[in-house]
Amino acid sequence: MSFWQVTQLLLEGFGQTLLLFALTLVLALPLGLLVSFGAMSKFKPLMAATRTLIWVIRGTPLMLQLFVVFYVPGFIFGTPIFHGTQGRFLAALVAFVINYACYLAEIFRGGILAIPQGQYEAGQVLGMTKTEIFFRVILMQVVRRILPPTANEIITLVKDTSLARVIMVMEIFCVNEVSILSRGIIWPLFYIGAFFLLFVGVLTILFGWLEKKLSYYKV
Amino acid sequence: MAFLEANNIKKSFGDTQVLRGIDFSMERGEVAVIIGSSGGGKTTFLRCLNFLETPGEGTIVVGGEEIFNAAIKYTDAEKREKRLRFGLVFQSFNLFPQYTARENVAMPLKLRLFERYATGLSRREKHALKKSVRVEAYQKADEILAEVGLADKANNYPCELSGGQCQRVAIARALALSPDILCFDEPTSALDPELTGEVLRVIKSLKSGDRTMIIVTHEMAFARQVADKIVFIADGLIEEIGTPEEVFEHPKSEKLKAFLHNDEL
Repeated sequence: MSFWQVTQLLLEGFGQTLLLFALTLVLALPLGLLVSFGAMSKFKPLMAATRTLIWVIRGTPLMLQLFVVFYVPGFIFGTPIFHGTQGRFLAALVAFVINYACYLAEIFRGGILAIPQGQYEAGQVLGMTKTEIFFRVILMQVVRRILPPTANEIITLVKDTSLARVIMVMEIFCVNEVSILSRGIIWPLFYIGAFFLLFVGVLTILFGWLEKKLSYYKV
Repeated sequence: MAFLEANNIKKSFGDTQVLRGIDFSMERGEVAVIIGSSGGGKTTFLRCLNFLETPGEGTIVVGGEEIFNAAIKYTDAEKREKRLRFGLVFQSFNLFPQYTARENVAMPLKLRLFERYATGLSRREKHALKKSVRVEAYQKADEILAEVGLADKANNYPCELSGGQCQRVAIARALALSPDILCFDEPTSALDPELTGEVLRVIKSLKSGDRTMIIVTHEMAFARQVADKIVFIADGLIEEIGTPEEVFEHPKSEKLKAFLHNDEL
């Protein structure tokens, strides 16, 4: 198998990896914000339910969650709801989004709690609504504070996507195993490492730039 | 009937009763300075007037309109409308760090102007309105910043300003919404001594502009200069009230005498 052939196969797999990564990120960020609101809710049953969800999601292996999302609906409805390649991908996406939303929610909650009460009070005495205070005053300050831990979580997500292979989502490791490793070719494993290193390098530069961009003021 | 009347204001935090029935009134254009030792309830009273705390009992009347009655439960929208009768300048400024001085002053004003004019407009008209209120708010912000002597700092962020300048921006921000009564909660307590002068000068200049103000402060010399009346609060009650001369030269109650004596030491 030539280097070119291996590259082509791995690129195909990495495309799936990146797609899973990007979709998870786009969906988990806003969902995470909602979950963090739930965890901070003054309505006790909602708060308890949300915190229980966070406990379960953070307390069980992501691999198990992938299996549960993929297989359990089949047991309940008598017929699997995730069919074929796309179904597997969708199941992985659901599991990842829920898992990352819970982790991100805790980061968001920490960031929101770190904003001094005085910022809310200033908004209140200036006649602002709760929504205005959150979006005009609080959110930007939270984003700035949580950028480093969020970047950390996002980088972890890049690599966690490879867990999707346990339900046969054709991401880079799965492709490698099916088409390359099965023929006894080992070296592409290191090549895969380079793919991840390169991509995480790009992300690191991007987050560094964003952090600089947001630090036009000091707190 | 006086312009502002606060009747029998009571407030407890848990088992601790912080305000035990404050009766307070003042006329339009008056400056009332509240003094007293820490923990006496001065700040809590100010926060009650600004709806940051909800009194357990009592009523607040401004210009003949009852804006607060402990027996009535107000919605957020009602509270928002009524609290704009008052402005509040905080001890710790509480400027929004991500906005410039001009934006700090203009942003809340812009939102309220938009809210006032936007009802019943189409989407297109709202879009145009957004631009026009922005211009109006920025113009007003620049005027008020000039008034507090910060015309040249309009584009600076709070982190680039000194404490005294920050507090002047905070005063400008409160003024922009044209409150009937402007409250100050220890406006110079967080400042280095050499920076208090500029803030006190601004507050004095507001007095000559006929503003109605309530000021909580520990600066006794300043209180004497600026106050029409001095209110001494101790243990959740107004212990003594009078002109600066009456209160400082001829204190009647033992608590006030002790407080003033301590202050001299």
